[in-house]
Amino acid sequence: MFDTLSDRLSAAFRTLRGKGRLTEADIEATTREIRLALLEADVNLGVVKEFIAAVRERAAGAQIHAALNAPQQIVKIVNDELVEILGGQDRPLRFAKRPPTVIMLAGLQGSGKTTLAGKLGKWLKDQGHSPLLVAADLQRPNAVNQLQVVGERAGVHVFAPEPGNGVGDPVQVARASVEHAVTKLYDVVIVDTAGRLGVDAELMRQAADIRDAVEPTEILFVVDAMIGQDAVNTANAFAEGVGFDGVVLSKLDGDARGGAALSIARVTGKPIMFASNGEGLGDFDAFHPDRMASRILGMGDVLTLIEQAQKTFDAEESAKAAEKLLGGGNEFGLDDFLAQMQAVRRMGPMSKILGMMPGMGQLKDQIGAIDEREIDRIEAIIYSMTPAERSDPRILNGSRRLRIANGSGTQVQDVNSLVKRFFDARKMMQSLAGGMPGMPGIPGMGGGKKRAAKARKGKKPVRHPAGPPTSQVAAPAQQPTASPFGGVPTEAQLAKAAGEFQLPPELQQLFTQQNKGPGR
Amino acid sequence: MEIFPYILGAVVLILLIAGVTILVGRRRSLPSGEAAPQLTPTREGEVPAEGEIAETGAVAPTVPAPVEPVAPGAVEAAPEPPASRMARLRRRLSASNNPFARGLLSVLSADRLDAEVWDDLEATLIGSDLGVVPADELVSALRRELAIDGSSDREHARAVLRRELVKLVSIDADRQLDLSHGDGTPAVVLVVGVNGTGKTTTVGKLARVLVAEGNSVLLAAADTFRAAAADQLQTWGSRVGAEVVRGAEGGDPASVAFDAVSRGIESGVDVVLVDTAGRLHTKTGLMDELGKIKRVVERKAPITEVLLVLDATTGQNGLTQARVFADVVDVTGIVLTKLDGSAKGGIVVAVQRELGVPVKLIGLGEGPDDLAPFEAEGFVDALLQE
Repeated sequence: MFDTLSDRLSAAFRTLRGKGRLTEADIEATTREIRLALLEADVNLGVVKEFIAAVRERAAGAQIHAALNAPQQIVKIVNDELVEILGGQDRPLRFAKRPPTVIMLAGLQGSGKTTLAGKLGKWLKDQGHSPLLVAADLQRPNAVNQLQVVGERAGVHVFAPEPGNGVGDPVQVARASVEHAVTKLYDVVIVDTAGRLGVDAELMRQAADIRDAVEPTEILFVVDAMIGQDAVNTANAFAEGVGFDGVVLSKLDGDARGGAALSIARVTGKPIMFASNGEGLGDFDAFHPDRMASRILGMGDVLTLIEQAQKTFDAEESAKAAEKLLGGGNEFGLDDFLAQMQAVRRMGPMSKILGMMPGMGQLKDQIGAIDEREIDRIEAIIYSMTPAERSDPRILNGSRRLRIANGSGTQVQDVNSLVKRFFDARKMMQSLAGGMPGMPGIPGMGGGKKRAAKARKGKKPVRHPAGPPTSQVAAPAQQPTASPFGGVPTEAQLAKAAGEFQLPPELQQLFTQQNKGPGR
Repeated sequence: MEIFPYILGAVVLILLIAGVTILVGRRRSLPSGEAAPQLTPTREGEVPAEGEIAETGAVAPTVPAPVEPVAPGAVEAAPEPPASRMARLRRRLSASNNPFARGLLSVLSADRLDAEVWDDLEATLIGSDLGVVPADELVSALRRELAIDGSSDREHARAVLRRELVKLVSIDADRQLDLSHGDGTPAVVLVVGVNGTGKTTTVGKLARVLVAEGNSVLLAAADTFRAAAADQLQTWGSRVGAEVVRGAEGGDPASVAFDAVSRGIESGVDVVLVDTAGRLHTKTGLMDELGKIKRVVERKAPITEVLLVLDATTGQNGLTQARVFADVVDVTGIVLTKLDGSAKGGIVVAVQRELGVPVKLIGLGEGPDDLAPFEAEGFVDALLQE
C-alpha cells in the first residue's frame, strides 16, 4: 500500500544484479511499476500513459547500466520528468496595468474557495496591496457570512451587498464590486464564486457571465489535493466553461499524494501557482514542484517533515537535546528522550512520521507494526522513574527496575528492554555523529553511497578510543558555519540534501541486526 | 537565525526515537528465545487489558450501542419517496451523458472482445477511482466468466457485468440507519469527515428526511471552527423546522455536542444530529478532539450512528481517511456525496471492503431532497441502463 516507487523498482531490479544492461523485459517491468505508483497517487490514466512513454524514451536514451544502481537512476529520471511538468515556468501573480486587478476563484463545491479568498487577501495585504473580497457565492447557505468572518480575521474588507442563501444575482454583485473598488481605491478585487460541478451547464454559464462582467486579470481554479481520477474531467470542464489562468492546490496538509496536480498541469497546461496547506490564514504558499514530485512518488518527504518539526518542536530545546545526544557521554537521558518523543508525537501518528523519513522504506513493515499504545507504554515506564533515574538510567538496578515495572503496569523485561534499546540507540547515534566528517546532519548523512562509504571509513578511529567521548564534543550543532552549507541552507540545498538522503548505513545495520537476532 | 542545527536536531531525535520504538515493537512481535517462556503467558492476557485502560472510555461505552435492536421506524423513506430519488439518480447517471457508463457498455457492444476492449474497460474502472487492484480483479473475473461460457451474446455479457458490479458494491451489512433509542434518550448520529466533503449539507438534508418521517430532530452545531458553519446549519434548521443548539465560535465542540444531547433528552426528541467540523485525518490534535466529542456525548446517550462523509471526487486517499476515522470514532456508515458530478466515488468499494462499513446514503446535489438511500442493485442498474 505505501510502497514507494523506489521500493517497487528495487524489487523489479532485484533479478538484474550482475547483468550488463537492461533488456526490453526489464524496461517493461520498470514501466509497469511506475504506472502502478502513479495510478495509486491518483494521476489520471491517460496522463500516466503519456508520461510513461516519455520516461521510457528518456530512459532508453540515458543508457542505464544495471550495475550503476539502476533503480535510483530511473527514479531520478521519473522525478525530473515530473518536476518539469509540474514546474514548467515559475509564474507570479499578474497585476493589471490599470487597477483594480480582479482575481476570480472558481472550483467544485468544498474545494476551499472561500477559505482561500481569505488567505489570498491576507497574503496580498501583507505585500502592501489593499484587497477587497467579494461575496459572489449566493448559493450555499451562509457562504456570505463565512466570507465576512474570514475577511474580518484576515483584516480585509468584504463587499457583500446581497445576503446570499439563494437570494441575489452574483453577476450583478461582481459587476458592482469592481465599481466599488474603483471608487474606494482598492487595488485588488478577489471574487469568491459558488462551488459548481463541471457537468452543470447552467452554473458554468453563470460563472462565464461573472467572468464577462468583471474581466478578471487572473482566474484561479481551486482544486482539492485529495481529488482522484475525475480531476481531469473537472479541470477540462472549467477550462472550457470559464477558462482559468492558474491552479491553486488546497488541503495539501493532508497525506494525499496529490497526483491530480500532475494531471491538471499536464492536461490544461496551466501552471500551479499556489498551495494551501493548513487551516490558518497564513498557511498559504507558492507551489514547489520538486516537493510535489517527491510526494507523488511517495518518496520520503523530508522537507515537509522538517517544516512540521519546525512548527511543533521547541527549536531551542530540541537543539539542546540534540547537542547533548551528539555530544556523547551520558548527558542525554530518558527525560530528554521523553520530551522529544512527545514533541514528535504532536506532529502526528508515529508510524506516519517515520514513514516520511526517506530511507525508511526498508523498514516499513516494522513501521507499520508500531502500535501507538506501545509508545504509551514507553511513556508510562519513563514516568514511573524518579528524576534521577531518568537523567541517568545507568543507576537502574534490579530493585529499581522492579519498582518501575510495578509502577507502570509492565514487566521487568519491558523495562530492561527499553533501557537497553535506549542505550543502544544512543550509542549508535553518537558513533554516527562522531564518524561523520563535515557533518552535521542531513547533508552528511545523506551523502548517497559514496559519501556514506567514506563516513564508514572515517568513523573507525573515532570509535576505538572508547573512553569518555568528550573529544567528540565538537558538537555539530555548535558549529553550523563549519557545515558544508555554511549556515542557513537555501531551499535548493535543502531539497538536494533531501533528495540524496538515505538511511545511514550504521543505522541500517542496527535495524538489520535486530532482524536477525530477535529482540536482542 | 541559524535554523539548520535545529533541523538537524529534530531529524537526529526522530531517528533515535525510531530506533527505540521500532526495536521495542519488534521485540514484542517476535517470540524471542529466552524471554519467551516468561513473557508470553502474561503478555497474551495483558495486552488487551492495558489497551483498554490506555484508551479508557473511548472503547468501552461503544459496546452497548450496536446491541440495541433496530427499531421498526428506522429511516429509509423520505419526503420525496425513495423511488423517485432513485429515478433521479438514474437520470443523472444515465449512459448518454456519463462516460463511465458509456465505457462499460462499450465492452458489451464490441463485436469481438479483444485485448483493447479489456484495456478500455480497465481504464474506465480505474477512472472511477476504483483503484488499480480491484479494477484488475474485476476485469479478470469478467474475462474468465465470459471465456468459460464461450458466448459473446450481448445480453449474457451484460448480465455477467451486472452481476460482477453488484458483487463489487455489495457488502454483508445493514444499510439502514440505526435510529433506535431507548426511553428518554434520543438516537444520536455523529457526522464526521475531512474538510469540504459536505457534512453540514448532509446533516441538513438528513434532518429534512427525518422530520418528514415524523421524527423530532435536534441539530448540534459542533463545528465551532469554520467561519459561519453554525449559521449554515441554522439556515438548514429553520428550513426544516428543527431546533439548533450552538456554542460560541471557537468554543469546545464536545461541550456543544453534550449540551445538544442534554437538550435533546430534556425535550424528548427522537434524533440528535451532530455536525462536526471538517478535519484532515492527519491532524492528531483534531482527531483527538473528535474522539472526545464521542466520549463526552456517550455519557449522555449512546451514539447509534457515526456517518463518515466521503466526497465522490476523492481519490485513493479516501481509504486512508476512512481508516483513520474508523480508528478514532468507529464509523458505522458512509455517506457518498457529490455523485451528481462526473466523479463516481469508486474508492468506496475499497473502503467498504476493508472496513466492512457500508455506504448508507448518497448525496446527489445541493437541493434539499438530494439525498437517497444507497442500494447496490439500483445503483448498478442506474449505471448500466442505456
